[in-house]
Amino acid sequence: MTLALETVGLERRFGGIVATSNVSLKVEKGARHALIGPNGAGKTTIINLLTGVLRPTAGRVLLDGEDITSLKAHARVKRGIARTFQINQLFGDLTPLETIGLAVSERMGAGSDFWRIAGSKSEVVDEVVRILNQFRLADVMDERTSILPYGKQRLLEIALAIACKPRVLLLDEPAAGVPEHERHDILAAVSALPKDVTVLLIEHDMDLVFSFADRISVLVNGALFVEGKPDEVARDPRVKAVYLGEDADV
Amino acid sequence: MNSPVKTKSVTASDVSGLFAARARWHPLEIIFWLAAFSTIFLLPSKHLILTEIAILALFALSLDLILGYAGIISLGHAAFFGFGAYVAGLLGKNGIITEPLLALIVSGLATSVLGFVTSFLVLRGSDLTRLMVTLGIALMLRELANRYRDITGGADGLQGIVVDPVFGMFRFDIFGHTAFYYSLGVLFVLFLIARRIVNSPFGLSLRAVKANPLRASAISISVDGRLVAIYTLAAAYAGIAGALLTQTQAFASLAYFDFDRSADLLLVLIIGGTGYLYGGLIGAVVFKVLHDYLSILTPQYWLFWMGLLLVLIVLVGRERITGWTTPLRDLASRLDWRARSKKS
Repeated sequence: MTLALETVGLERRFGGIVATSNVSLKVEKGARHALIGPNGAGKTTIINLLTGVLRPTAGRVLLDGEDITSLKAHARVKRGIARTFQINQLFGDLTPLETIGLAVSERMGAGSDFWRIAGSKSEVVDEVVRILNQFRLADVMDERTSILPYGKQRLLEIALAIACKPRVLLLDEPAAGVPEHERHDILAAVSALPKDVTVLLIEHDMDLVFSFADRISVLVNGALFVEGKPDEVARDPRVKAVYLGEDADV
Repeated sequence: MNSPVKTKSVTASDVSGLFAARARWHPLEIIFWLAAFSTIFLLPSKHLILTEIAILALFALSLDLILGYAGIISLGHAAFFGFGAYVAGLLGKNGIITEPLLALIVSGLATSVLGFVTSFLVLRGSDLTRLMVTLGIALMLRELANRYRDITGGADGLQGIVVDPVFGMFRFDIFGHTAFYYSLGVLFVLFLIARRIVNSPFGLSLRAVKANPLRASAISISVDGRLVAIYTLAAAYAGIAGALLTQTQAFASLAYFDFDRSADLLLVLIIGGTGYLYGGLIGAVVFKVLHDYLSILTPQYWLFWMGLLLVLIVLVGRERITGWTTPLRDLASRLDWRARSKKS
């Protein structure tokens, strides 16, 4: 078993509150791993700890066996771990074209080029074209991001993470708030993610979780509660009691 | 608008065409620069004030680079202006470098070092912190120049500055003709460089950092690194603007560091708008012309009208400093037939 991502005794306190408590999570290479838990369980805190937005109070984060705990957020992305955000974090004044172009330039080492015009490298252009088409953003590529329909913005969230060509991708509720008629595009994009990319999915939508994940971890009060295959987790009476509620049948 | 899912796809030539269009010269830009250069022949009697306008425009361009593109607000940008001015003055006075262009470059480089060092202070904290830190640095530099009068001339200013003819041929004359050609030329070249930089991937990343630093770092952009870089560059621009003033006046004074100068500069950018490079240039023209006109009209109370203008502009602009010019710029982009034909 090779691990793409591992945490060892991860802990984060905010004053007296323990948001993440001794979490030792193991995500296998190529896995479709879901992290679920009730509201306030600390799921997003874990994403923030994995990506370097927050520093852990204790514990370590390992990416492909290498300790990345002390790396800053931007340096971790360069190591191959990228994320999306639960609430859109996009560049409102930029177009999808510029946004994707920026991420691709950055990955291809042209990001700090201050002399050539953005998008003048053909390998950058080819990659931008591929991503725009893959995520069906071509027809809105020259619109300002802030005026795009919400579903397109959610797609751009995922496209932007993919533009970083991660080995490990953290999806923080990709379908959150997307209206029904736009959901299909998001689900299609998520299920079409390349197989060699390890995915850790945080999600409230149980249909999405159980159709997507091959492994599920349940987080309660900042601590790992249960972990296993989807059918094991679904059958587990403790999970039903704590998380899914009494009348849930999945 | 609720059309079924389109499956339009793009090709490399579509995308590279759109990227190229971002950096293409708009017809209004060409008109702007033709108008600027035509003043050489059309307004020869106004070259003294036009020189001041060109220098103020360069100074405002510098602030626009950090405010409009990177979102760093400063109330002490005169620190760099004054520093560059004194470096140029000391070089000329002590006969170290009397060749103007070389002295200009050295002043810019020296000021960029100051910008680099102070950028680490400016990185920290919120807008209010940045206002105070930048203001504080300008005050400290002014007092240092005041204190070390043996070197700087203190309150009397720096006098006896020697500046050779430009290119060894064009001597600075009392009508300010050479000074104007020189200042306008420097402004134009530095504008071209700035335009190139803001259209580069680096320039694009600055706008991303300004819009959302959290996301910028999530796509592997080093936010701090970019801010340090642009702050250093902006300092060099401001230093060169200060050096230009010293060279064209053959004089430098403590007033170059004054808070008023930093505050006026923000006013210039509020008038012209930020984040499209021309804001500082247009703002400088409007500000100086208004200043000139109003102070003839009411020599003592001209600031009243400037204050009124400021209040009106900010009320119209509301949310953002760039606000009130946005409709004008949308109009300008609609006037660009090439952008139109590309889209349809």
